[in-house]
Amino acid sequence: MKSLILTTAALALTATFAMADGHGKTIRMGTEGAYPPYNFLNDAGEVDGFERAVGDELCKRAELTCEWVTNEWDSIIPNLTSGNYDTIIAGMSITDERDEVIDFTQNYFPPAASAYAAKSEGADLTGGVVAAQTSTIQAGHVAESGATLLEFATYDDTIAAVMSGEADAVFADKDALVPTVEESGGELVFAGDDVPLGGGIGIGLRESDTELKEKFNTAITSMKEDGTLNELIIKWFGEDAKTFE
Amino acid sequence: MPEYCIDPPSLEGLIWLGCYLTTGKHLAFYGAFGTVLLLLAITAPTALAFGFGGAMAARARNAPLRWFGKGYIAVVRGVPDIAFFLFFVIALDQGFEYLRHKFKCPDWDEPIRQGSDFLVCQAAKMPLGNSPQWVHEVYGFSLAVLTFAIVFGAFAANVLYGAMQAVPRSQVETAEAYGMTRRQTFWRITVPQMWVYALPGLSNLWMVLIKATPLLFLLGVEDIVYWARDLGAAKTPRFTDYPHGDWRVYYFLVLLVFYLAFTRLSELVLDRLMSRLTRGQATTGGEAQRKAA
Repeated sequence: MKSLILTTAALALTATFAMADGHGKTIRMGTEGAYPPYNFLNDAGEVDGFERAVGDELCKRAELTCEWVTNEWDSIIPNLTSGNYDTIIAGMSITDERDEVIDFTQNYFPPAASAYAAKSEGADLTGGVVAAQTSTIQAGHVAESGATLLEFATYDDTIAAVMSGEADAVFADKDALVPTVEESGGELVFAGDDVPLGGGIGIGLRESDTELKEKFNTAITSMKEDGTLNELIIKWFGEDAKTFE
Repeated sequence: MPEYCIDPPSLEGLIWLGCYLTTGKHLAFYGAFGTVLLLLAITAPTALAFGFGGAMAARARNAPLRWFGKGYIAVVRGVPDIAFFLFFVIALDQGFEYLRHKFKCPDWDEPIRQGSDFLVCQAAKMPLGNSPQWVHEVYGFSLAVLTFAIVFGAFAANVLYGAMQAVPRSQVETAEAYGMTRRQTFWRITVPQMWVYALPGLSNLWMVLIKATPLLFLLGVEDIVYWARDLGAAKTPRFTDYPHGDWRVYYFLVLLVFYLAFTRLSELVLDRLMSRLTRGQATTGGEAQRKAA
């Protein structure tokens, strides 16, 4: 009898622990903070941008407490899998290679084009030197295109490389390049054709975190259905941006 | 933020610059100088303690202790810093979490490694998942201090080991003749005299340590180089009130001046320390001081 009571007590204890596990936990949102308009640090030094707005809204709908942390792009996946934060929300395109290591929610940004920007429209895009950010789908594409790939740790560095003449062109998400090109005062122009790459942008999660994935998927669906996601896309990327049907 | 900074695009000249240099991001940049200095202030004595312990262990008569001391020096000195920093911090963090997991959640039945995921129960997380951001930052900073101390401690151990051996044998013999025990000889004769032999090597290490602080960013601590890069990058008016071109060269110039001034100051202090330690020593330097006096 005594042992029965003990077992029950132990079971009850474990149950409370399991409950405590799911609730009251802060979800740490990992981002890069250097890829406007997706995510960047504003003048106050806080994470800002499209993904900040989407992430905060998703957390509100999923009733989660969220906190934003920045991490270098290069080591953003290893730090997720070792548990330093719980999500990657950093303009990360859904690809098969990444899907083998981590899991993705459904996309919160539709598959969009990547584009080349250069100092002149006639830049040599297949035989010249093209800059791209390390471990991005764009870097992979450049490597296959025959051009010489010049990799940089941040988006800013890729732009600086074209400005200084170190690279002939830069290849990146078109939505990131649009404000850069428009406000370069004519120094940068788009070159060549747009290239559709990737399966849209989703939130990266640990493969074992299925519960969190479900919560975010539900929240993303509800944002897609009531049009708030499209509003945010237009707010941050302009009228011409691709939205969800 | 002062009131006149509310509409930056309308400002000009020095007022614009004044407002620009006091944005929250710049304040974080200035704070990062404090982080770097704090790291040095904590790491240097810790590394010296590790070095002293390592050197004592390497000289020990007890064989396992001696192997441990020599092994520590050889392994850490032999592994490239950057590999050590990337591997060791993640391993250390996971090691702590693994121990806490075993202790706090004995009923957990799922494997800790699932594919590439490292999973421990919430109660074992370091720091706890629901602790505020500053706790995470302090934890990251402490890991950084510990890693720096272990790496630089190994080099310091080698320097101190050499310095202990360099104390003239006649000094030790005299102590023995007075009937001092091994322990007394070590603390009263060897240790006070070894510093003069150790200082050139230690001052080298200090200089390298100052310049190694940008490795902090590898450990997720936002240091001055990180902020200089971010602040200096070209900014478009859409995402900031203070647009500017590529100003990285100016920011890096500030870092250059900072590091040069700091290493110069260190040199001055170390020179004074050296002449203080040389006083009365049976070395060429001590002899020169005696003749000049």
